[in-house]
Amino acid sequence: MISVESVSKSFVLHNQGAAEIPVMQGASLKVGTGECVALVGASGAGKSTLMRMIYGNYLTASGRIMIGDVDVATAAPRDIIRLRRETLGYVSQFLRVVPRVSTLDVVAEPLLATGTKREAAVHQAEILLTRLNIPERLWQLSPTTFSGGEQQRVNIARGFAFPYPALLLDEPTASLDPTNRATVLSMVGEAKARGTAIIGIFHDHAARDEICDRQFDVTRFTPGLAA
Amino acid sequence: MTPLLQVDSIAKSYGSRIGCTDVSFDLYPGEVMGIVGESGSGKSTLLNCLAGHLTPDRGAVRFDTRTDGLRDTITMSEPERRMLGRTDWAFVHQHARDGLRMNVSAGGNVGERLMAVNARHYGEIRTEAIDWLGRVEITEDRIDDRPTAFSGGMQQRLQIARNLVTGPRLVFMDEPTGGLDVSVQARLLDLLRGLVREMNLSAIIVTHDLAVVRLLADRLMVMKDGHVIETGLTDQVLDDPQHAYTQLLVSSVLQV
Repeated sequence: MISVESVSKSFVLHNQGAAEIPVMQGASLKVGTGECVALVGASGAGKSTLMRMIYGNYLTASGRIMIGDVDVATAAPRDIIRLRRETLGYVSQFLRVVPRVSTLDVVAEPLLATGTKREAAVHQAEILLTRLNIPERLWQLSPTTFSGGEQQRVNIARGFAFPYPALLLDEPTASLDPTNRATVLSMVGEAKARGTAIIGIFHDHAARDEICDRQFDVTRFTPGLAA
Repeated sequence: MTPLLQVDSIAKSYGSRIGCTDVSFDLYPGEVMGIVGESGSGKSTLLNCLAGHLTPDRGAVRFDTRTDGLRDTITMSEPERRMLGRTDWAFVHQHARDGLRMNVSAGGNVGERLMAVNARHYGEIRTEAIDWLGRVEITEDRIDDRPTAFSGGMQQRLQIARNLVTGPRLVFMDEPTGGLDVSVQARLLDLLRGLVREMNLSAIIVTHDLAVVRLLADRLMVMKDGHVIETGLTDQVLDDPQHAYTQLLVSSVLQV
């Protein structure tokens, strides 16, 4: 489902003496349907960079990143927009939303964007929020004022609202209590069972070992870091 | 799929000074494109060329008309272009007073656009106006007030209602949130986002506010000195800018 083929990336900081910082060299990774792969490596090794490249958030300098039949490295913006709407989900570490939009709408949005009727989308959002223990009295409020853990759970609810065939998870269990952590892990398990290809970053090693089928050490592809 | 708007090598100079040059892009139905750049970078010139307010020196602006498919709006006749301006296009000005009739009531401002496309039944026009004022969160009891009695944020929302009442397919916006305080901005952004989604609008938004484009635009175009220096997905351009100027622009935003 996800195929990363000899991908490279460097940042050029034009306003800081045109410093060129190579961050990734020749990384290759394949993730099949129903498989969960953890990106591992020290802080700064390029885990998030690789994940952002897969999502099209960072440009890829060379190589291919195939999600289904779309090459994220070369696709036009509108193709990536469609890919993100229909195929590739992303649970980021931080929730970024428009102020004033209610939590229910934030969670239902991915479903509405893919053509689900409003009633059904809201119903699905209610189920997810209940499951993640977001109290019903908060549903009509904007999540911008929620606590860190609540925001994280809203973010997860949103990420799992639509059954994407491919999913990127950036620290989904950080800042969660044991009960909610267990819920999130079982949601990841269900997505796997559905056939979702998952790439995740977990500093929570117990969670990683529980749900990931294998690990991918990014350090091997970090220029200047490889042993 | 046919693009809704096809812009082909647009250039406009003011004497020897470049307004904008060599701008090309396609905009598809439902897409929102942001144009950012500093003052004087040519973004408003470009927007005015696209919307038919200025005649570019070179290039073509093709619009997918309902009857004849793609037509060059620069070479079409003035009445045809004006008709587009009343029906399929809308233009939201930075200063609401440029887009409103200040001596006509709020309801009249909305109703006038409907009459321009041949609505004649007073009761229906008023009902439609009330509906639209409600959508932009102006209460019904203000329908007979003139825009001069409205706050800046309300005027801007009224301008949006006036523009969208005829169900346009393409909206041009020039700094729609400029000059408004941040809480009013947030409300307006939320409103615009909802309307874009509901009506499947395409929009071109000129702004210098990067937060506005991050929330509203799917794609981004960065201009400097009349040239397009970078384009791409909005979050990609903002998070991984390639051009020196874009990097400077993004890193200059103050963190709250």
